[in-house]
Amino acid sequence: MSSNSSRRRWPLLLPPLLWQLTFFLLPLLFLFVISFWSVVNFRLEPDMTLKNWDFMLSRSSFWSAYGHTWSLALGAAVVTTCCSFPAACSLAFTVSERTRKLALMFLVVPFFTSYLVRVYSWQAFLADNGIVNALLALVGLDGLPMLNSDFGSLVGYVTLALPLVTLVQTMGLAQIDRNLIEAAHNLRAGPVRTLFEVIMPLAKPSLVVGALFAFILAFGDFVAPTYLGGGAPPTLSNLIIDTTKSGQQWPRAAVVAIVMILTLVVTSLAAVRLAYGRRK
Amino acid sequence: MMLRLGRWFGWAYTGYTFLFILAPIAASLVFSFNADRFPSLPLKGFTTEWYGGTFTDPLVIEAFQRSVMVSIPVALLSTILGFCAAYCDFRFDFRGKSLFSLLMLLPPTIPAVIMGLGMLSYLSRMSLAGEVWAVLISHVVIALPFAMAMIRLRLAQMDSALEEASWNLRASPAQTLWYVVLPFCKQSLVAAFLITAAVSFDEFAVAWFVSGLNETVPVRVLVFLQGQVSPVINAIGTAVFTSSIFLVAIGMAFSGMGKAKRAAAEAPAQPAAGALVSNNGLSL
Repeated sequence: MSSNSSRRRWPLLLPPLLWQLTFFLLPLLFLFVISFWSVVNFRLEPDMTLKNWDFMLSRSSFWSAYGHTWSLALGAAVVTTCCSFPAACSLAFTVSERTRKLALMFLVVPFFTSYLVRVYSWQAFLADNGIVNALLALVGLDGLPMLNSDFGSLVGYVTLALPLVTLVQTMGLAQIDRNLIEAAHNLRAGPVRTLFEVIMPLAKPSLVVGALFAFILAFGDFVAPTYLGGGAPPTLSNLIIDTTKSGQQWPRAAVVAIVMILTLVVTSLAAVRLAYGRRK
Repeated sequence: MMLRLGRWFGWAYTGYTFLFILAPIAASLVFSFNADRFPSLPLKGFTTEWYGGTFTDPLVIEAFQRSVMVSIPVALLSTILGFCAAYCDFRFDFRGKSLFSLLMLLPPTIPAVIMGLGMLSYLSRMSLAGEVWAVLISHVVIALPFAMAMIRLRLAQMDSALEEASWNLRASPAQTLWYVVLPFCKQSLVAAFLITAAVSFDEFAVAWFVSGLNETVPVRVLVFLQGQVSPVINAIGTAVFTSSIFLVAIGMAFSGMGKAKRAAAEAPAQPAAGALVSNNGLSL
């Protein structure tokens, strides 16, 4: 039976396996390879040199871009998690199943609108003479500079991540056994205590996974920091694009890409450990 | 009293969250008909000038044709490969299976700039960079996981006795696959086809890296965005949004939303992760 089953699975297993190996894993590994190559007369030459690594990692501009990207992504994760939690609680605990399904469907809608168009639209809201400042002027407040700042980037990141994070949190919260909340209530725990000592520990995996998604999305996004954040100081993705497009310096861009991947892997492992490890 | 107040506050807050999510989409719709070149208030009057300009721009038309030409084979290939991967994950146990599934599902978590750079450097060694083929290949890599996830969810609803019965009746594994499993998954296959088409139609970053002069629609939008203020973006955005919502709505109808709704009344919430997951709910 087992040999039979193994013979049967190859025709189905091989096509997707070969495809993802050839066109997903190999390109990523190839990035690692070309990070040791050199560029001669604007052409990529196979080589075995550390000078790209040395060039990138020894510059303070690289490390400030790294710090900037990291703190923006962390900020996006925290802001998105906090912003979506009340909405997720509300959807998970206080509405009917039907309303929740409808709300979740609305959360899926943004996945099918162009992120570029949404970012362009935010420019109209956040510009100095934009919609938000026009509304502020109506109530007699001074306008605020919002476009071309870290605040602008954050708005973009939240736009990108909020629907997904709310979805993940709502599904996590909806799975909590209501009897536990009832029990806390019967034991005279107030709403705040119930929230912090019952609901949040139980929903921890979905909170952490949601935050991780937000972090990953923000860490790699180049649209928000370019078109809402003003592109300066650059993020790592800006750096990759500039190095690739203007300088033809693919090996140097590959160095940045590998550092990004390593950062994401370490962050994800830490987050998964936080979410599912040490569970009582 | 406190609780009721909290509840109302929660609903109001949720309303604002949805406002935040939908505001840019709505604004782009409104500004696409606004006579002012610059997207600002107050509105200047109604015009369809931007739509007219969009649909007569040869670059946009070419990009649109290219996007369609790419997204259909992408949807077809990713649905087929996604089905194979989902069925392997569902039916077989083998060493390294979790690695296999990880490899299949990982691509959407890799930042698009990194995928773009990787694809560009790798495919240019194969003399494919700058060709439409490069966009097609990259989009299958990105879209396959979505197809696999959707089909895998449907397979989870299949009673394994169904296949066993078919084998007992002397159908070969291939016949069982063709006459039993595939018909069972039919709706999710259609849904996966439409949604992977939408994914490809919307993807701009990797396409921007590898497409060279062969721009697709979202790459054209990115080029507009890099240039000056352009109300054309709103017009394209609204047109694309309308058509992809249409595709997705059909996709969801096929993936059995109706059944899920009925079952939802009896069944507890389904443990699931990911965007498309919630729509499959429980059926059977």
